[in-house]
Amino acid sequence: MNQPVPAAGTTDPAIIRNFCIIAHIDHGKSTLADRMLQLTGIVEARDMRAQYLDRMDIERERGITIKSQAVRMPLTGLDDETYVLNMIDTPGHVDFTYEVSRSLAACEGAILLVDAAQGIEAQTLANLYLAIEADLHIIPVLNKIDLPGAQPEKYAAEIAGIIGCDEDDVLRVSAKTGEGVEDLMQEIVIQVPPPVGDAEAPARAMIFDSVYDTYRGVVTYVRVVDGELSHREKILMMSTGATHEVLEVGVISPEPKRVDRLAVGETGYLITGVKEVRQSRVGDTITAANKPATEMLAGYQHPNPMVYSGLFPIDGNDFPDLREALDKLQLNDAALTYEPETSTALGFGFRVGFLGLLHMEIVRERLEREFDLDLISTAPNVVYDVVMEDGLEHHVTNPSEYPTEGKVAEVQEPMVKATILAPAEFIGPIIELCENRRGIQQGLDYLSEDRVEIRYRLPLAEIVFDFFDQLKSKTKGYASLDYDDDGVAASDLVKVDILLHGDAVDAFSAIVHRDKAYQYGVAMAGKLRELIPRQQFEVPIQAAIGSRVIARETIRAMRKDVLSKCYGGDISRKRKLLEKQKEGKKRMKMVGRVEVPQEAFVAALSTGEPKEKEKK
Amino acid sequence: MPSTPPDGEDAPRDGSLPPESVAEARGQHLSAYVHVPFCRTRCGYCDFNTYTAGELGTAASTPAYVDALLAEVGLAAQVLPPMQPLRTIFFGGGTPTMLDPAQLASILDALRERFGFADDIEVTTEANPETVGPAELEALRAAGFTRISIGMQSAVPRVLDLLDRQHRPGRELDVARWAGEAGFERVSLDLIHGTPTETLEEWRTSVQTVIDAGVRHVSAYALTVEPGTQLARRVRRGELPMPDEDDQATKYELADEMLTAAGLEAYEISNWAASPDDWCRHNIAYWQGGNWWGFGPGAHSHIAGTRFWNLRHPATWAGRLGAGESPVQAREVLDAETRRIERVLLELRIAPGLDADVLTESERSRVPDLVARGLVVDGDTLTLTRRGRLLADAVVRDLLD
Repeated sequence: MNQPVPAAGTTDPAIIRNFCIIAHIDHGKSTLADRMLQLTGIVEARDMRAQYLDRMDIERERGITIKSQAVRMPLTGLDDETYVLNMIDTPGHVDFTYEVSRSLAACEGAILLVDAAQGIEAQTLANLYLAIEADLHIIPVLNKIDLPGAQPEKYAAEIAGIIGCDEDDVLRVSAKTGEGVEDLMQEIVIQVPPPVGDAEAPARAMIFDSVYDTYRGVVTYVRVVDGELSHREKILMMSTGATHEVLEVGVISPEPKRVDRLAVGETGYLITGVKEVRQSRVGDTITAANKPATEMLAGYQHPNPMVYSGLFPIDGNDFPDLREALDKLQLNDAALTYEPETSTALGFGFRVGFLGLLHMEIVRERLEREFDLDLISTAPNVVYDVVMEDGLEHHVTNPSEYPTEGKVAEVQEPMVKATILAPAEFIGPIIELCENRRGIQQGLDYLSEDRVEIRYRLPLAEIVFDFFDQLKSKTKGYASLDYDDDGVAASDLVKVDILLHGDAVDAFSAIVHRDKAYQYGVAMAGKLRELIPRQQFEVPIQAAIGSRVIARETIRAMRKDVLSKCYGGDISRKRKLLEKQKEGKKRMKMVGRVEVPQEAFVAALSTGEPKEKEKK
Repeated sequence: MPSTPPDGEDAPRDGSLPPESVAEARGQHLSAYVHVPFCRTRCGYCDFNTYTAGELGTAASTPAYVDALLAEVGLAAQVLPPMQPLRTIFFGGGTPTMLDPAQLASILDALRERFGFADDIEVTTEANPETVGPAELEALRAAGFTRISIGMQSAVPRVLDLLDRQHRPGRELDVARWAGEAGFERVSLDLIHGTPTETLEEWRTSVQTVIDAGVRHVSAYALTVEPGTQLARRVRRGELPMPDEDDQATKYELADEMLTAAGLEAYEISNWAASPDDWCRHNIAYWQGGNWWGFGPGAHSHIAGTRFWNLRHPATWAGRLGAGESPVQAREVLDAETRRIERVLLELRIAPGLDADVLTESERSRVPDLVARGLVVDGDTLTLTRRGRLLADAVVRDLLD
């Protein structure tokens, strides 16, 4: 460093470069970030650990980054001037499109990082389009050029075709070996424009992330657009009108470092003492309470759950623990919604709203892992708007709320724009899958000789039900999928109930397209026949739309349940078996008079094939 | 005797019993079980504690076995309080008739000497049809046996083959006839149903054969595939289907109908007799919480709320006794509630039934539902219907708190 690095709050916006990295899981974003931390000298070699910025264990294991951070790095440019690079980390999955868009809005440039052995993936492409729409300068980069299977020429051509640049403009690096990373950083200085803002105007800063910390409360990450934010200042959240005092303001480099203020173009964090991330929402605009701005920054959205599922503790006594766990998760997850739900089959639980399937999976996994809860989750469903002939409207987030009285005039279901990228050889199976899932094709383009981009409009409900697994299995894992909200559409939907010995089992009710109702009914009844042990009486299993039965199976009555031989040496064993069986009975849920093992619920609600019924 | 012993607590090496059991047993009835762990060959379905000659060295030869058994009789006499003379003795196995009549007689003599015999003592031995002829039966009768239980299993050669049984069909009928001629008052024929691939007609043939033999006692068991047996391996390899529970239920119902029509009443789930006098009194003792000492490797005993069981291998069992120690592997001292639960699960199985006073109030309140479902008859005592016998374990689970 030839010149001292300017302190935050006094940095000329002209030397600031705000950028993010757009990449698919496993394409090396974290490794590239690690390398930059080392090259700029802000992390000593001895402190270096892999995936330095990914803090949460769950992220490290799954190789995905849910929460973004902004890291301030000094760099001496080729012109010997000192620059400040702010690297803003972006979430990498389909469920977090809105959060990605806010991270992008905090930047002027984006590195498009693509694995030189695999090419661009659907989610990366979707995020790239978001970045282009946000007017970001794109620096295309191929990573992993050291791999034997790397095909940089092929994928450079593919990228050039997508973003309309020259193949030679695509940089080539190996984040692992460090090759080309220094050049890349200099290109950021050269290519990415500096931030522009009005230092004299009332302060406006956009929240691009908000993280709960056990010790500090909520840590809010901001990008200052106009004016400045200082220590001890009273600030105003423009969407909610709430005011808070700034208890701490700082930058990440790469550990949190207190500063006096953040000025135009800078990124950093604020701590105000709020306890829930809902009070500090991503996309909101922060201004000064005593000199507020008149207009919010554009782009704020309230996160709406797209997918709902019931979560029930396997042991009913764990219900209070589940509530406490959800309360804790919500501190850090503004998109998580839940309300208590009672199921006749599963007992007390919660109806939980998620942004999408990955969000659902992550929440479930954290509940089980971090809070040690055993859960049954019902099959995920989307939100339906049901309009009755008398004009009454129902917003249905749970199949059990589907109106059973009165005539339904119309049902609207959420739709998505889906983009699938895959090798061209799989076009057939992909189209077949999408058509089978009520999709309408919107386009098909070759990205290169042997890779295609297929676009479909699909009901979200079809994506939610096992679509991704099917896509993966039909394409040997080569296809990638992205989807985005595309409004609603009217559909011919019906509610299918499953009746066990005449009693409807609410956990198994589903809203499906009329053409699929029979298929669903037969499959679910068949699955349950395999999963539910024989009882002392015959148990009919019926699938019904309203009062009309569309499928039927029967569990025959158990005729023999006795140990044939019971002499002197058998008695202790026999009594212990009885104790074990009685213990097992406690894990049964009663549906009317039918005893259903917990495992049957878990298995029936999973979307895969049923396992063979266990022999006694 | 099942292959896997239950878990239990350690028992003292001197064989002493808990003082409360000793006090309770004083002056009570006593039975004896003698386990003879020898077989000529091992049958494919059998997981009992038994050994062929090739599997055992000389340490566990029959003379060594008899010596150890006599030592155990001495030990039992030391640790038991004074009790009534023996009312029943049962020799099981294995194949008790692998011992020669003189060896069997020496065991009976020792038991008589130590414990005394009641006037109407019942002394049963199990017998495989292929190991006894008229001469052996005469000798057994002379040694003091009064009852014989013949392991017939099936009257159909194809089914006997599946079970690895070697006797010629019809042989068991000869044995039953010879036993009568030798002076055995009571003869039982024992059947197995539900052998994989056995047809309903084949089963009907077997049941008809025992009826035609005119015996006054029949046992019929559903075949269970025990882990570790040759049969289990054949089922796992797909050579034979797993026995089907519906098929076994159908066969049970058929047997019960045929035997009842022939004048034999079920007095326990798997046992039928022409009259209460023909019941196996030894087994009744098991089901009514009686006291018995089980002699021999792996044998189980019950004395006034303490259950204990011997080391399983003949050599280790004999080794302990040779060293002047108890051969007990482990024991369970039952508390009052456990004994009550055992009463429910055992006494419901038999014709005398379960005294409703054994049940708690909430348990009694569940009886009407079981009656309405056609599983239980609520008379002087609670007894099971035919359907109830097939679902006895479920009935006990439904009944108990």
